[in-house]
Amino acid sequence: MKSLGSIRRSFAPWTDPKAKPYILFENITKMFGDFTAVNDLTLGIYEREFFALLGASGCGKSTLLRMLAGFEEPTSGRILLDGQDLRGIPPYRRPVNMMFQSYALFPHMTVEQNIGFGLKQEGMPRADIDKRVEDMLKLVKLTQFAKRKPHQLSGGQRQRVALARSVAKRPKVLLLDEPLGALDKKLREETQFELMDLQQELGLTFVVVTHDQEEAMTMADRIAIMDKGQVMQVATPAEIYEAPETRFVAGFVGNVNMFEGKVKSRTADTIRLQGASGAEIVVANAGDAETGKEVAFAIRPEKIRVSSKKPASDANAMEGEIYDIAYLGDMTVYHVKLVDGQVVKASALNAARVAEDPLTWNDKAWISFRPDAGVVLTR
Amino acid sequence: MADTTASNVEPSPRVENGGLIQAITSRLVIAVPYVWLLVFFLIPFFIVFKISLSQTAIAMPPYTPVAEGVSDFFGKIGQFSFDNYLWLTEDPLYYRAYLRSLEIAGISTFFTLLIGYPIAYGMARAPASLRPTLLMLVILPFWTSFLIRVYAWIGILKPEGLLNQFLMSLNIIDTPLIILNTDTAIYIGIVYSYLPFMVLPLYSSLEKMDYTLVEAANDLGCPPLRAFWKITFPLSLPGVVAGCLLVFIPAVGEFVIPDLLGGKETLMIGKTLWNEFFANRDWPVSSAVAIILLLLLVVPIMFFQHYQAKSQEAGR
Repeated sequence: MKSLGSIRRSFAPWTDPKAKPYILFENITKMFGDFTAVNDLTLGIYEREFFALLGASGCGKSTLLRMLAGFEEPTSGRILLDGQDLRGIPPYRRPVNMMFQSYALFPHMTVEQNIGFGLKQEGMPRADIDKRVEDMLKLVKLTQFAKRKPHQLSGGQRQRVALARSVAKRPKVLLLDEPLGALDKKLREETQFELMDLQQELGLTFVVVTHDQEEAMTMADRIAIMDKGQVMQVATPAEIYEAPETRFVAGFVGNVNMFEGKVKSRTADTIRLQGASGAEIVVANAGDAETGKEVAFAIRPEKIRVSSKKPASDANAMEGEIYDIAYLGDMTVYHVKLVDGQVVKASALNAARVAEDPLTWNDKAWISFRPDAGVVLTR
Repeated sequence: MADTTASNVEPSPRVENGGLIQAITSRLVIAVPYVWLLVFFLIPFFIVFKISLSQTAIAMPPYTPVAEGVSDFFGKIGQFSFDNYLWLTEDPLYYRAYLRSLEIAGISTFFTLLIGYPIAYGMARAPASLRPTLLMLVILPFWTSFLIRVYAWIGILKPEGLLNQFLMSLNIIDTPLIILNTDTAIYIGIVYSYLPFMVLPLYSSLEKMDYTLVEAANDLGCPPLRAFWKITFPLSLPGVVAGCLLVFIPAVGEFVIPDLLGGKETLMIGKTLWNEFFANRDWPVSSAVAIILLLLLVVPIMFFQHYQAKSQEAGR
């Protein structure tokens, strides 16, 4: 399989065994009473990386961020930033800044005063503060709103003030807690790219917490998928999507079809999978799946072909019936009920305006896929 | 970045036609407080004002009416005598009583704020499940009569009272402290009695405050104590102002506390008014005292309200 790298092709310090993580969570556990929010978690984030913590609410991702900011202390384990142990260092002495989900703009201060607040705490000379604030206002294109109060701004503008305020001090690390959560969809998409540009321009390390996988996939160099206080997988967006390591990750990110079965035979990299209903699946890149093992074959809907005629090759072709059709404009998602009752999702890009092989409800249909189109999951 | 200001002005909601009954009902609802104010404030005020323009007489009631009825009152507008008001300026007693009242009320308000703020802050930061109980505790003293609570302070503060017994049993002092019948006792009485009126508005404004703002300030390099003065305190100012007004205004005209706890020589306008009214039976002068007291309090408050409304308008 070809390597699934970062979008920024030249940037991949995690593949370099000599590179040391800039931020290191070492066996971090955080308890709130009886509840374990973070459970023995170890994670390294590299300098200048755009790192996303992705998970459902309550998975511990925000707690992790708050521990890095200093609002919570880990119950056990340690956090290193640039080699320095952060334990006991209060939030106001940490070289990290946070952009809050609610933005937390000071309502009694103007945009200018909000952005300059952190610089003033540092004791920066007045003239330098003014200069920096002006630069930040220019950066987020809010110069003409300098004298406004937060409640006189729109949601998108407030978001940019919060961003400007959190980067004004040039922190080593910027923490973003659901930075785009409060914006509407269109604005969110625009802002994603602006955040990426800003990160490149300032050369900062960004750690963003989000529950929106699209957001994480778009922006991050690497994503950590979290569940129940643990990291399930850390990888580039492409790896996460194309080569998930567990059933949880495969199911969490994007749509997936899962075929459970037993490994029947194995030759080199190719295995034959005996499905629960008897159907056989041939899979290339089988990983470490041994003969006789219970595994799952995960395949994305867009990698499955649907046709009304039986495909030429017998391998990985299954017969079924169109059960449901979702027309989404750019593509159509077919829900195909196989002979054994399993419903498989297959999506077809609507490249032509009028499809040449129209399928409709209750039509007999065949699904097929290439042996290397999916992955075998042992966990 | 895209500029989204222009598109962000929302149209104001428009009332649908045909809501006539609704319009009338809503007017009625608004009218209730106005009627209340008219009957229980403006009309009594007008009566007191009228009395303040009359002269004492040995009669029932003990003054010569300045006019018969409202129309007569307006007919005689040019002939009013402001002698009673002039009298207030001639005797330094009144001037000193007003000043002393403002001073005592001001100092008491300051201490009430000093004690009330930490209490309100502690309540607002307490676990949410605990807050109703704490709130209840603040209101609890109201279940006992105000008068009885002030009397209780006599028992505590008098030379052989609880406080002195306690301090002497600990050998902190060997002669009883003289607190009762001094100004200190008045301060203690006012601060104690009015504390809930300070704590409640402070609590409500502190509780509403988003604590992430303090976290944001910490995050930007601001230590907790400075964050309090830069963020928490300015944002609680509406509560501070409301609390101070609620304490200061009634404290200026306070009569019971200085009468029971204060000394004979304590001069407060409430006591002066009482003496004028009951001892001297001089209704016209006591009415004038009351009117001046009202003006003294209402005018600054109106200015303040006007200024606050304006600054809020400007902030919008």
